[in-house]
Amino acid sequence: MKKLLLGATVALGTLAGGAAWAQTLTMAVGAPVTSLDPHYHQLSPNNAVSDMIFDKLVNTDGQSRMIPGLATEWRVVGPTVWEFKLRPDVRFHNGSAFTAEDVAFTIARLPNVPNSPASYAVYSRPITRVEVVDPLTVRFHTAQPYPLLPLDMTNVRILDKETHERAATEDFNAVRAAVGTGPYRAVSYRNGDRIEFARNDAYWGPKPAYERVNYRMITNDASRTAALLAGDVDFIDQVPTTDLSKLRNDPRVALSETVGLRLIFLGLDHLRAANENSPFITDNDGKPLGRNPLRDVRVRRALSMAVDRQAIVERLMEGAATPAGQFLPPGVTGHVPDVQPTRYDPEGARRLLAEAGYPNGFRMQLNGPNDRYINDGRIIQAIGQTWTRIGVRTAVEGQTWSVFVGRAARSELSAHLIGWGSNPDGSHPLRNILATVNAEKGWGASNRGRYSNPEVDRLLEASLTELDEEKRQKLVLDAERIAAEDVAVIPIHIQTNIWAMRRGLRHDARNDELSRGQDVRPAGP
Amino acid sequence: MSVYLLRRLIQAALVMLAMSVIVFVGVYAIGDPVEILISPDADQAEKARAIAALGLDKPLWEQYLSFLSNALRGDLGRSFVFNEPALQLIGQRAPATLELAFGATILAILVGLPLGLYAGLRPNGAGAKAIMAGSILGFSLPTFWVGLMLIMVFAVQLGWLPSTGRGETAEFLGMRWSFLTWDGLRHMAMPALNLALFKISLVIRLTRAGVRETMLMDYVKFARAKGLSPQRVIGVHVFKNILIPVVTVVGLELGSTIAFSVVTESVFAWPGMGKLIIDSINVLDRPVIVAYLMSIVLMFIVINLVVDLLYSVLDPRVRLESKG
Repeated sequence: MKKLLLGATVALGTLAGGAAWAQTLTMAVGAPVTSLDPHYHQLSPNNAVSDMIFDKLVNTDGQSRMIPGLATEWRVVGPTVWEFKLRPDVRFHNGSAFTAEDVAFTIARLPNVPNSPASYAVYSRPITRVEVVDPLTVRFHTAQPYPLLPLDMTNVRILDKETHERAATEDFNAVRAAVGTGPYRAVSYRNGDRIEFARNDAYWGPKPAYERVNYRMITNDASRTAALLAGDVDFIDQVPTTDLSKLRNDPRVALSETVGLRLIFLGLDHLRAANENSPFITDNDGKPLGRNPLRDVRVRRALSMAVDRQAIVERLMEGAATPAGQFLPPGVTGHVPDVQPTRYDPEGARRLLAEAGYPNGFRMQLNGPNDRYINDGRIIQAIGQTWTRIGVRTAVEGQTWSVFVGRAARSELSAHLIGWGSNPDGSHPLRNILATVNAEKGWGASNRGRYSNPEVDRLLEASLTELDEEKRQKLVLDAERIAAEDVAVIPIHIQTNIWAMRRGLRHDARNDELSRGQDVRPAGP
Repeated sequence: MSVYLLRRLIQAALVMLAMSVIVFVGVYAIGDPVEILISPDADQAEKARAIAALGLDKPLWEQYLSFLSNALRGDLGRSFVFNEPALQLIGQRAPATLELAFGATILAILVGLPLGLYAGLRPNGAGAKAIMAGSILGFSLPTFWVGLMLIMVFAVQLGWLPSTGRGETAEFLGMRWSFLTWDGLRHMAMPALNLALFKISLVIRLTRAGVRETMLMDYVKFARAKGLSPQRVIGVHVFKNILIPVVTVVGLELGSTIAFSVVTESVFAWPGMGKLIIDSINVLDRPVIVAYLMSIVLMFIVINLVVDLLYSVLDPRVRLESKG
């Protein structure tokens, strides 16, 4: 009896103690949120916050695999028709019921958000008509067979027709319209400073651990780490690589990490023909070369072999990256298993250069941003050095992102470093970066080196209307493999996403970089 | 007097006009905001839509003219990033910066004046030498480093003060202020001190130089010979005469603190205008940059005006009408 009582007291004590400290979670993120309107600005920090307030038809787990969200199942019912079965008994924060009408309303709103600098309209454009079959069944009609529709739906947060019919972006930012079906309700939003959330106790899914979340924006890396060490915040994202070794050894701190979906790579000038001058390439005396060496696959391969990925990952990134030979990391659908990262081989690179007709190399400028990606300015310097060692005398120019990105977009550069945050499907980088630029099809919008390969285009074209998932994946992976063998771009590494928190917390790391309150909970026994 | 004010106002309008042209041309020369704001998923059609939505598809002069005609009606445009009126955004952020800047200025005067006076009156004492040495440090240490050190010592090691952010705020005049709550004041302490360090040093040096110069003046000797108490000599005759340079410099410093406290604000995650402007420059959010710089120009002109008015109070020989 005594033992039993003691046990009960201890159990009660732990429970009470747990409840007392587990009420509020303070998170600090490194990138500012620009709006609470989930359809206003397509931006990772906004998507993270939207994921707390709203739901999507199709959610994704930490490794970007599709899992049921507001839709419980989906299937193809005709060559150009997708049917989604909706989750019953879901209510918005204000009590309004979720039905198929809300889905139709949401799709219609996507292209019609005034002044949006980066809208979500790309996800509604393939849809020609939304058919409400019954309150819990909705059908999407597309002009062509469209296999990527469920994947697109992982980006679309569902709004309520009754609540949001006349809601403008300002109403979301003033919190009164920030009403979704998600695990958290928005309580207050102060631009550039913080967002406060309260748990939605009526949530249909797993209940988040914390009743309140205080979501702060601390953009300075050192201050964010200091705020964690000072105990002012419980959790931070974008842990700077310079603090990593210190934090790993700090008994007060725990880390969570996963390989991300952001590839850092070099884009090369494919725009100038083989007999034209590339803007920043000359011979060793500084005179025009009369040809564009980057159009020769042997030169591109040599340059790739002269990138010491292992050294960059170990010394510059403090281990917070994985050497890469393609856009996507192992474990996601778009990864080609038989494509490996190129090994560092300066000797072989020099031989290839000689074979291509450049035994003494040439001069080139490597451009890149210096304030956008982790250690970007230092990475281009490291590459410049190893390139110079194989005879390609490389000048390095790092610029602020706003200046650099315009030059890259105008294809003014010969070689440039840039990053690509992908979704897990190989069609994403194929369509945006590797496909021939074609405004009508919407291809190659981020193909800043103007790579063009008819075989890649053909396979991509076929994959975009292939509804058989197995066949589609084969087409996509084949296209990716061809582009990799052709060294369309030079992949360097895929970043690791790292979060730090006070010991005693647990976080489900996400490869899409989103920092969300529902992913954090007290570490269980 | 009114002619003088009118002339200053016209000057202000011209400078603001020039500023807006410079920003328009500057942002245009740097790059394309849409390239920065657009999501990687966007295709060419989406890019074209965004360019049109932000009005960037029109020629630059047309964009500028429509900006001007709106500006005359008091509308300086909407932020590309936040889709809120630029002035409203700046207004939301202004209290945080203002209270920090005033806090720092008050600290500078409260600490700098007495120390400078002391150092000026006993220039050869050990105390004065220590003060002067300290002021050199205050001048030369970079703000971001001092800020991080303050955080490391007072927040991380000692745990006395919160590391970052604004803390609790209270509403006053329809705006949110930190200095009205204890928690807010605790949050303010380190950033305000960090901003003030340079100014304290400046005030110390100006005061000390002024005191040393004035103490040798004939009127001070005369006042002493007349048998006035040292308190009255220093407190009235010396003090009043050293204030003019101090007021000028503190006034201008206040302006630059309000306008450019970027470093301190980002180190302490203080959600003020400095952070807004640097973020806006990074993404080329032109309406915010224009509105901000125009407000700053206006503010500097007003501060200069106030300083001039203060001169005439402090020194009866200064007459505003006679100024060219």
